[in-house]
Amino acid sequence: MAKITAGIACSHVPAIGVAMDQHITEQPYWQPVFEGFEFSREWNKKNKPDVVFLVYNDHCTAFDASCIPTFALGCAAEFTPADEGWGPRPVPVVKNHQELASHIAQSLILDEFDMTIMNEMDVDHGLTVPLSVMFGDKTPEDDWGTLVIPLAVNVVQYPAPTANRCYKLGQSIKKAIESWPEDINVHIYGTGGMSHQLQSERAGLINATWDQQFMDILVNEPEKARQIDHVEFLRETGSEGIEMVMWLVMRGALEEKVTEVHRHYHVPASNTAVGHLILENHA
Amino acid sequence: MTEKAYEDIPGTFVFDADRSRQGYWLNQFCISLSKEVNRQAFRDDPEAHMAKFKMTEDQKQAVRDRDWNGLLALGGNIYYTSKLAAFDGIVFQDLAAMMSGMTREDYRQMMVDGGRSVEGNRYKSEWEKK
Ligand SMILES: [Fe+2]
Repeated sequence: MAKITAGIACSHVPAIGVAMDQHITEQPYWQPVFEGFEFSREWNKKNKPDVVFLVYNDHCTAFDASCIPTFALGCAAEFTPADEGWGPRPVPVVKNHQELASHIAQSLILDEFDMTIMNEMDVDHGLTVPLSVMFGDKTPEDDWGTLVIPLAVNVVQYPAPTANRCYKLGQSIKKAIESWPEDINVHIYGTGGMSHQLQSERAGLINATWDQQFMDILVNEPEKARQIDHVEFLRETGSEGIEMVMWLVMRGALEEKVTEVHRHYHVPASNTAVGHLILENHA
Repeated sequence: MTEKAYEDIPGTFVFDADRSRQGYWLNQFCISLSKEVNRQAFRDDPEAHMAKFKMTEDQKQAVRDRDWNGLLALGGNIYYTSKLAAFDGIVFQDLAAMMSGMTREDYRQMMVDGGRSVEGNRYKSEWEKK
């Protein structure tokens, strides 16, 4: 049977991708950001997933204002890294486990989550940056080293799905994956965050205390974390901090008790606080 | 319109359905600039390219003026308006500096020093006292 063995939380700041693509990760500004991912890459090699279920948000790349699905599941055979206005990132095409993705779509819909099914979709930095962080430098000719099932969540237009809804979706994703007969190792990623505001006069807002507390309760008291409401995210962590609801999808797909094997937190990467967790399921 | 619990956050435009409705064509204009063919059209004839989108005169003027906060007040969303900034060759962090009324050096330093504190920046009433 397919098994979810670990959950990974990771910010997906575009500048992290740019720093890797331009090979400037050793510069003093970037060194502390990437130092915290060294453990993760070693861990990832030892615990290599067959499939990554990757929860992220599209930044008006695949979806413009004309269509705003709350939960869109990638069911295409592959996904091309998008041109976000300065040319596509020089990274591999993302390959899906298409049969498993279709199975998850059916299972979620029958479990009463009304999913949007994407049979064509380009993917932006929200998806490729966390893969780069975990799998290291790759060229377009390489293979990512894993299959990837993308789930795009709307966090651009208010309201995003609630933390609680995201958590429940995670629980349903767990059921779907664990009812797949193939013996494969699955990791689930929750990406985005942490505190950041990109707009208007309050741009640059960071709330490190809140971020650390959020990581604590997400790991150890998810019942509390799923109750955080939108206004708290917006007020305490900045208008773009709302992306952290996507970490709840990841957490919902794990066991009640997990082991935190790695945590990394750093301010800043560009305008954002970088947060990262690796959580292992027991047994 | 119902009351909005997030309207008392200072210096912030929460992009909700009302703003989305108001800014629809402005945002669609901005996002068009993520394609080179549209960037070329806007370079060649800004007014003609803008005319393809049903923007209000205020919105068009805010585009001409590159009034970054004004664009947000007129229904623009940052992920869209940042495409206009990218068209001008402005990197995201410098755009953030402009919107918050700081020099790029001061803004960059603020981020390196841990970012803008949430203290005193949670409620509009805190800003009015200043
Ligand atoms: Fe994001």
